[in-house]
Amino acid sequence: MTKKNKKQKGLNRNMHLARNILNTEKIKYTPTRNGYGEGVVEAGKNNSKIMVLCADLTESTRSLEFKNHFPDRFVQMGVSEQSMASIAAGMSLTGKVPFISSYAAFSPGRNWEQIKTCIAIQNSNVKIAGAHAGVSVGPDGATHQMIEDVALMRVMPNMKVIVPADSIETKKSTILAAKLKGPCYLRFAREKSPVFTTEKTPFKLGKSEIYRYGYDLTIVASGPILYEALLAANKLSKEFGIEARVINSHSIKPFDAKTLIAAAKETGAIVTAEEAQVAGGLAGVVAETLSLTTPVPIERIGIQDRYGESGTPREVQESMGLTSPFIAMAAQRVLKRKLGQRVTVIPEHISSADSLRIEMRRTIIEKSLKQAPKKWKGTK
Amino acid sequence: MPNLTIGPRVRKPLHLHDKQLKVLENIATEIRVDLIDMLVEAGSGHSAGPLGMADVFVALYFHIMIHDSKKPNWKDRDRLVLSNGHICPIRYVTMAHAGYFPKKHLNTLRKFGSILQGHPESEKLIGSETTSGPLGSGSSQAVGMAYAGLLDKSPWRVYCIMSDGELAAGQTWEAMLFAGKNKLYNCTFIIDRNNIQIDGTTEDIMPLEPLEEKFKAFNLNVIRCAGNSISDFVNATEHAHGVSEKPTVIIADTIPGYGVDYMEYDFTWHGKPPKKGEEAINALHALRTLGGKIESEHE
Repeated sequence: MTKKNKKQKGLNRNMHLARNILNTEKIKYTPTRNGYGEGVVEAGKNNSKIMVLCADLTESTRSLEFKNHFPDRFVQMGVSEQSMASIAAGMSLTGKVPFISSYAAFSPGRNWEQIKTCIAIQNSNVKIAGAHAGVSVGPDGATHQMIEDVALMRVMPNMKVIVPADSIETKKSTILAAKLKGPCYLRFAREKSPVFTTEKTPFKLGKSEIYRYGYDLTIVASGPILYEALLAANKLSKEFGIEARVINSHSIKPFDAKTLIAAAKETGAIVTAEEAQVAGGLAGVVAETLSLTTPVPIERIGIQDRYGESGTPREVQESMGLTSPFIAMAAQRVLKRKLGQRVTVIPEHISSADSLRIEMRRTIIEKSLKQAPKKWKGTK
Repeated sequence: MPNLTIGPRVRKPLHLHDKQLKVLENIATEIRVDLIDMLVEAGSGHSAGPLGMADVFVALYFHIMIHDSKKPNWKDRDRLVLSNGHICPIRYVTMAHAGYFPKKHLNTLRKFGSILQGHPESEKLIGSETTSGPLGSGSSQAVGMAYAGLLDKSPWRVYCIMSDGELAAGQTWEAMLFAGKNKLYNCTFIIDRNNIQIDGTTEDIMPLEPLEEKFKAFNLNVIRCAGNSISDFVNATEHAHGVSEKPTVIIADTIPGYGVDYMEYDFTWHGKPPKKGEEAINALHALRTLGGKIESEHE
């Protein structure tokens, strides 16, 4: 990089990101899981060995599209996630390439040991498609909000872990997973999220991409929260003149250490952002990588050792500090640390999410209680 | 659902003549002796289950299964999935006798760098088909193979050996639902019904009876046989091959520790080997003399 390039800022045009990317009104919203449905059909067309197994969630995991195209290669498992993982391993031992689909809360949530024994140790060619991951499954509550999956899956030898950022990237990930040999975990979300990449956006396993240039700090994100990171970077630039580099780290494993280390060296401060437990998640990968190579201050946006609760997806995300204002707070804090300035003991992005959560619980429930019908002793 | 109703492959009749039976029984005795030697050398590992299942393994590897030890990845081989991975010592010895690997490897059981891991790993021992140990997942892998086999109209069959204690794992019953639903007649489950597990007898710990009725209720064909009688087990298998509507489960009643008098029926021998010295000598003596029925020729 030349000296001039070091001061490069703004969106990376080579990434061919969507038009009007920063206009939240104009951008298209699609759930990432749709990309899985499309991707697995395309993969199925190219390879007759591909099979899809689903544990009674055919429509919502978007496995339905595959079932409609290839009924013979679709296997309805019923509510048997543990068996599904092992059955898929058995199929792969005969040369099939099975995708197992369920909610991430159950697969890998319930069948982690079967995945370890029958898929990871055996290096079986099975792909695990975890839908409804993260907290954006909202109203379903904590039992269905899978937040530990990234950590659970990335600690497994032989396993690859991909967390795509939008439906287009999910489609690419699915097609890629079908071509890879060996086990792979793909993570999707239920809720609609901005489609901000395009077919032309580069996507390669084990390669992070710089979506926005900047030199003051770097925000590394995986999953749909990457969009929030871009919004935060834009706000930081406009309001404070802070230029944040934004990196899409869809490939949790194998991880692109090179791009991260370069960012740490060039910007000297890192914020991670993910809709998963920060412990062991992307934050874990980044912290491990940098502590071994280029220690710089890190702040972590993600789920801070707690479970979620029911609410609209946006409410739950806000209550956990997963939206752009919190990312901006984390960025300002990490900058202070980089410059050796004093910071609060509890990070602002955590304390303000905590107080917001208490406030939200009160106001939302009060309103709802007030609106209860008269027969329940409400006012309506 | 795909059409999975193709007819069963025609195999040679399995019925054993007296001479053949004698040969197999002798192999079983040799294998039990090697098993004890191997376990004593390893200093850890399971004794009761492997001794009890020696006859079933000999029948499968030396008579029933169509396989080639020189081509362990031959695509049309019959597959033997060992779900209760902890009895792998008997599989290892039988595979060595069948020519899958040189017998000297038996001396490496559970040692660092060995192809013979404490619980079997398919990546390390080619021909062991699956990695197992954590109980309950072998039946699922077996039905996965069987389903794929029928989908591709493959001629091979899948045999899956499970323990009785293992049946307490719920995943087994998920697999049985799947097997029954898809009429996986190319899959035969073999239950090592030796009535013991680590902590005691199966009926004390988590009663399984009436076991036949349980499998029948899952739409499986059930055959009960004497697991320490090679001819009875072979007959049961032949019967299973003849059923083309349902998967079959063979409940093989076996004696844990069979052949070593002081281990028989004793659950405390589930998970340990005989110690070097007197214990080992007594075990080998019991096996070589068939429990004192014949005089020892060599010791």
